[in-house]
Amino acid sequence: MVEHAAHGHEEPAHEGAHAHPTDLTYVRIAIVLAIITLVEVVIWYIPTVRSVLVPALLVLSVAKFLMVVGFFMHLRFDSRLYRFMFAAGLVVTLGVYLALLAMLWTRGFWFPLPTTP
Amino acid sequence: MATAIDLQVQTAHGAGHDSHDGHGHSDHPPTSTGLNSRKMLMWLFLTSDCMFFGTLIATYMTYRARSIEIGTPPYPNEIFDIPYTSVSAFVLLMSSLTMVLALAAIQRGNHRGLRIWISATALLGAIFVGGQFFEFTEFTHEGLGLSSNIFGSSFFVLTGFHGAHVTIGVAWLLSILFLSLRGGLPPEKALDVEIAGLYWHFVDIVWIVIFTLVYLVPYANGPEGAAEAAPEAFVRLLTVGERFLAELPF
Repeated sequence: MVEHAAHGHEEPAHEGAHAHPTDLTYVRIAIVLAIITLVEVVIWYIPTVRSVLVPALLVLSVAKFLMVVGFFMHLRFDSRLYRFMFAAGLVVTLGVYLALLAMLWTRGFWFPLPTTP
Repeated sequence: MATAIDLQVQTAHGAGHDSHDGHGHSDHPPTSTGLNSRKMLMWLFLTSDCMFFGTLIATYMTYRARSIEIGTPPYPNEIFDIPYTSVSAFVLLMSSLTMVLALAAIQRGNHRGLRIWISATALLGAIFVGGQFFEFTEFTHEGLGLSSNIFGSSFFVLTGFHGAHVTIGVAWLLSILFLSLRGGLPPEKALDVEIAGLYWHFVDIVWIVIFTLVYLVPYANGPEGAAEAAPEAFVRLLTVGERFLAELPF
């Protein structure tokens, strides 16, 4: 009973310590990552997909990112606290970029632009 | 009484569950979160490094087209060699595989496996850094320097900092290899390898983002007629490879 309660506490982290993928799974993931990289390069050369190139590249890149973070960095199996910390960093990073873009798009609106001599 | 026993068992699991040694050993005192402080610190560092690279990438993305607008060549689409960079990206991706295999090996107590995979990771990292050095040299020959234009400044600062991270990673991996060869890395110390691995995988994911946003996302006057250039690209890749090998000192 007591043992069960102890296991129940922080279950995701505890599970993670014993549920890492096998070497074969890692190799399979690496093969998928290599194939995605190849697809990225191939579609870069195809003019017919030019209109959807940027979204396609972004989706493929995010897929690679998540696979490395989730499996190779074990974030999928580790404590939720690590996941939260890393996600918070990503959110702040995206926020900084969006703020920078917003600042450039609305330049001169919030603050007067410097005048050239 | 039951609460006290409960707390004791929880603490034991909490302290031990994060060591990833597969035997329940723990090399750190119990913490309030139940998580290893060193690993937590590494994740915090990676979070801050994420913001660091995010800022550099944001700067690059914001200013990348300015050189074209201002009219200060060389321009990105004239200078990038996508097949060459693709091979670099592939090399770094495979180094992530060898790194995770090194960790799996030490967690099983397989020291020989650890040494083989750590050596492979360091070698792949060194190949990546060598390739980046070669790419930088080529760009410089083509007239792109740190102060040539705004593209050059933001590009070299971003990729240069990434290269510095990879170089530090290679040095770290070699120190682990050295420790292992001296017998100072028992399976209970697998966390040392795991923390180095976290850093290495982070460097890899940063390159995943750089490869897409810096090299592949097309520019305003991007590579028109890329389809015609595809067969030529692979011939060019072979040529670049030959030149790279020719410059090796051995």
